[in-house]
Amino acid sequence: MAIETLVLGAGQEVGKSCVVVTINGKRIMFDCGMHMGETDHRRYPDFRRISHSGDFNNALSCVIITHFHLDHVGALPYFTEVCGYSGPIYMTYPTKALSPLMLEDYRKVMVDRRGEEEQFTSDHIVECMKKVIALDLRQTVQVDEDLQIRPYYAGHVIGAAMFYAKVGDAEIVYTGDYNMTPDRHLGAAQIDRLRLDLLITESTYATTIRDSRYAREREFLKAVHKCVSGGGKVLIPTFALGRAQELCILLDDYWERMNLKVPIYFSSGLTIQANMYYKMLISWTSQKIKDTYSTHNAFDFKNVHNFERSMIDSPGPCVLFATPGMLSGGFSLEVFKHWGPSEKNLVTLPGYCVAGTVGHKLMSGKLTKSDLGPDSEKDIRCQVHQLAFSPHTDYKGIMDLVKFLSPKHVMLVHGEKPKMISLKEKIHSELGIPCYYPANNETVCIPSTHYENVETSDSFVRSCSNPNFKFQKCSSVDTCNSTSTDRNLMPELQVKDERVAEGILVVDRNKKAKIVHKDELLLKLGEK
Amino acid sequence: MKITCLSKGGGFHLPPCHMLNFCGIRILIDCPLDLSALIAFSPIPTAFDALRFEESNNTEANDLLDSNVGSEKRQKIEKNLDAESLIFEEPWYKTVKNLHLWNTSFIDVVLISSPMGILGLPFITRMKGFSAKVYVTEASARLGQLMMEDLVSMHAELRHFYGPETSDFPPWLRQEELEMLPSVLREIICGREGVESGGWMPLYSAADVKNCILKVHTVKYAEEACYNGTLVIKALSSGVEIGSCNWVLNGPKGDIAYLSSSSFISAHAMSFDYRSLHGTNVLVYSDFSSLCDTQDIEDGDNYSVPTADKLLPMSFQDFDEFNLNSDENLEEREKLIFISSCAIECVNGGGSVLIPVNRLGTILQLLEEIATSLDASALKIPVYIISSVAEELLAFLNIIPEWLCKQRQERLFAGELLFAYVKLLKEKRIHVVPAIHAHKLLMNSQEPCIVFCGHWSLRIGPAVHLLRRWCGDPKSLLILEDVLNPELALLPFQPIAMKVLQCVCSSGIGLRKVQPLLQTLQPKTVLFPEDLRLQINFPIEKPFSVLHYTEAETLKVSCQKNSSELKIAKDLASHLYRITFKNQQIQICRLKGELFMENARYHLLPDNDPKHSLSRPLVHCSLPDSEKLLAALSKVGINASLEPISETESQTVCILHTHDPCKALIEIGTTSTVITTAGQNVASLIYKVVDNIFGGV
Repeated sequence: MAIETLVLGAGQEVGKSCVVVTINGKRIMFDCGMHMGETDHRRYPDFRRISHSGDFNNALSCVIITHFHLDHVGALPYFTEVCGYSGPIYMTYPTKALSPLMLEDYRKVMVDRRGEEEQFTSDHIVECMKKVIALDLRQTVQVDEDLQIRPYYAGHVIGAAMFYAKVGDAEIVYTGDYNMTPDRHLGAAQIDRLRLDLLITESTYATTIRDSRYAREREFLKAVHKCVSGGGKVLIPTFALGRAQELCILLDDYWERMNLKVPIYFSSGLTIQANMYYKMLISWTSQKIKDTYSTHNAFDFKNVHNFERSMIDSPGPCVLFATPGMLSGGFSLEVFKHWGPSEKNLVTLPGYCVAGTVGHKLMSGKLTKSDLGPDSEKDIRCQVHQLAFSPHTDYKGIMDLVKFLSPKHVMLVHGEKPKMISLKEKIHSELGIPCYYPANNETVCIPSTHYENVETSDSFVRSCSNPNFKFQKCSSVDTCNSTSTDRNLMPELQVKDERVAEGILVVDRNKKAKIVHKDELLLKLGEK
Repeated sequence: MKITCLSKGGGFHLPPCHMLNFCGIRILIDCPLDLSALIAFSPIPTAFDALRFEESNNTEANDLLDSNVGSEKRQKIEKNLDAESLIFEEPWYKTVKNLHLWNTSFIDVVLISSPMGILGLPFITRMKGFSAKVYVTEASARLGQLMMEDLVSMHAELRHFYGPETSDFPPWLRQEELEMLPSVLREIICGREGVESGGWMPLYSAADVKNCILKVHTVKYAEEACYNGTLVIKALSSGVEIGSCNWVLNGPKGDIAYLSSSSFISAHAMSFDYRSLHGTNVLVYSDFSSLCDTQDIEDGDNYSVPTADKLLPMSFQDFDEFNLNSDENLEEREKLIFISSCAIECVNGGGSVLIPVNRLGTILQLLEEIATSLDASALKIPVYIISSVAEELLAFLNIIPEWLCKQRQERLFAGELLFAYVKLLKEKRIHVVPAIHAHKLLMNSQEPCIVFCGHWSLRIGPAVHLLRRWCGDPKSLLILEDVLNPELALLPFQPIAMKVLQCVCSSGIGLRKVQPLLQTLQPKTVLFPEDLRLQINFPIEKPFSVLHYTEAETLKVSCQKNSSELKIAKDLASHLYRITFKNQQIQICRLKGELFMENARYHLLPDNDPKHSLSRPLVHCSLPDSEKLLAALSKVGINASLEPISETESQTVCILHTHDPCKALIEIGTTSTVITTAGQNVASLIYKVVDNIFGGV
């Protein structure tokens, strides 16, 4: 019995998360993402490795999507509608509600603005989502007779979940992306103490330790405030969901407190619509927001308005949320080209940008004119603020989770190779747990737990719970040698109650093996 | 496993109540309140009534004086039933009488299957020594809390009127007073057998409700909650109300499914998840709804249960098809459309409509139905919802897509509002006010109007005042749902000129569906209510056994196996050394480890503590062959001889004497072997030989 893990994506990189785990013959695909930085066939996981014949329905027991980010769900319509997978797909309610928005937005950006050949159509997205089975947190689902799955709250974005899967006695958890500290609108990840054979965890910030998030939030607000008071425009490139709502709660609250009148805009109707979903899914947000739903829904923003394309060059300060994030194309890039040349303006970028995007180049200072297309003439001179808070867990959070779950094996995905190596060493040396970080298309095989099932008689069970007291007196020699503080800690008489189960296993050839108490043995044999 | 049915309940608002003993854990299922018994009390008296009430009190005092003089003179004449025979006192509330016979501190687990099942819980949780873990679905807990808060606030009006209670024992509960009551009322208070008067309690306070909610442990549908490592508890949707559920309990000795009132049709709550109840050892069938469905019995021809000679197991597929073919859904829908059209007709004619809030599902659908009809007819009729908790309730219902039926969930995925009333609230077509005297209502009330308000018993809440206002108006309409005794309910408001529309909504598993459902679920044993024996007659040949249970009697269900499952860790199992016995038929080996209980399964893990290496004495079993023993002894240099044994000593199998090198006696009995010798060395030597021959474990 073994657990075989094939990493199709997010192995020693960030993007196109896709891990296929085979547990005791059952095969589960965790996430089905696409890579934002690639444009050729490499943007999707190499599905042929699951089944050469393309018969995915027999090759996979189910597909599980952890959250709605494109690097986790982006390839799903392609996989179901083009590759032809029609088996069960599981995700949480918010993920099912919000994924189509993300996919549709991405498809539009790719086709309408970049002019690429489309990989899947709007109809594909609709058809694909019909196959999805929505789950509530901790809802335990029996996928088939042997396979059981269960989502746990992961923080990160609304509806993000860590997934537990069990086949026979083998148990694993795939975390997806998670956050161990609560943020403005979401709670921290929560999971039960489980007996795991394997924990597959993300490792985006495998080496970072972050300090107080409030200080970082203040920095962000100060930078925005300074810019708008100087008459500048603030561009916040984000995806429509998640970060946009978090920052909006932050800004809306700040605007209210500081009595600011500078307009805050959302670039498209999409985000306004997204807020509508958030209002209905409020039970998936943090406790604080949940508690106030009946009086004021936190996603009813007071200072937020719609933005029209004609307003790009209109004068005066403003704050604009524009999609997509990371300036990977589309409207946010268009606005950036207009606002970038002025040093009065400000662009805020998330803590992490996928390699190959304009955002990544801007952050690393390697942005050239050619990256912005042939028509750009001016140099980029605007200020750049990097958001130092992120919905991903940091090093401490990863270690806390690994320590809490104490699995038999750990596997790192969704991170950069050098950081993974460093984290692997830490997990191995500090926690003594074997750790792996396979590259894309590599397979790792680990043994799995297996229990022998036997019957047990009641008197054996009763005998096990009999108290087994042991009284131990600390000898005077010991107390003399130890220091005085130790003597206080060690009472003279120590009482132990360690119950050890002792019985006799009887294996009858035609019957199930049975454990009996030693007094029962003669009876049992006498029956023969 | 033992089950005691404490109460078989009655209808939608009074679910049954059971006490279960499973794997040594005492489990209480549901803790309802019989709110229909409120009908025995008078609604809050009006100024005119109050005057009469004062007078009657005075005469009563005189009566008492008289009776002191000669109590034997007092005649037991049953009064006629009229508005004055109702009890003019602060109402008490009827709890499950049999529950008071149990010591609440011995209850380990409480399972609440619906928002209605939680209403009596504060009475228990406030008791001293209560320490049970209460499991309830998140939605049931929230809805239940809102219902309790509403009840407390409606009751407050009466408490203000009657003032603080003077004694612990209200005068109307005295035996002599009860005997004076009309029989209908006496039966409500004392029950049919006249023993239920002990279940009456004064209402809990808002603080009790708050404390009660703090003590519950909320779960989601299909979440596995583990009690004490021994019992895995799972709530599965039952379809009757938002958050209502059936339970599957999984212990080391097997599993139990508890099937409460369940509905195959639901236009608001998540549908009945019967697949998850499949294949349990025991199924407790606790849907008594068909007892109340008089309709079913009257239309006997349509609903008679086909009596097959034998029941065969049924597949889920067949059962789903069977369900699809029934037209219940359509019937319910037609009912609602009819009610709504009556309401519209009424407001068109210039009358007002009063709809006492009964079932949430009906109210939500009516609200939508009436609002669309109003839209279509372009009438400017306001709709009021009067309740202290309505605002919160309506906000809550729009953020719980996970607990709603498929059609509502599709709205979430399409980005639409879960319930259409949100739009109407924004457009100010529906007004939500906390109380009848709220400023907002006083300022813009307008008649005719449509009002939704509590309470369905017509004894407390805003419904009383509105009914008094409109009962004389023949143009107005009152819509009653599921009221068992409408004459008595309307008694204090006589004479009534307003129109009254009564409707009965089906709840629960229809009689026709019971057998197919059980055939599909395929439990080993079904515990079925004795009261339903007449309605459902199981054929002799069936895939499960049936036991019948009755109220207030304990039924013991024998466990099929007196053993449990245990899982041995692989690393422990691989170290086992087996000894073969009796012609290779049986292998036995000694086993040692640490026993754990986790998720209702025993686990035996290797015990790595070297301190425990000291073994307990070995057990030898097998009858020794004396010839073999002699041979083995001579091998180590001990000569022995066999002593012939007398037939009378049946306990002894054989006796051996050794002579050389020293003397010893070996007595071999059927259950033990004794070695007697002078020297310790010799003893241990002989022991080794005997050990080898016997094969110890």
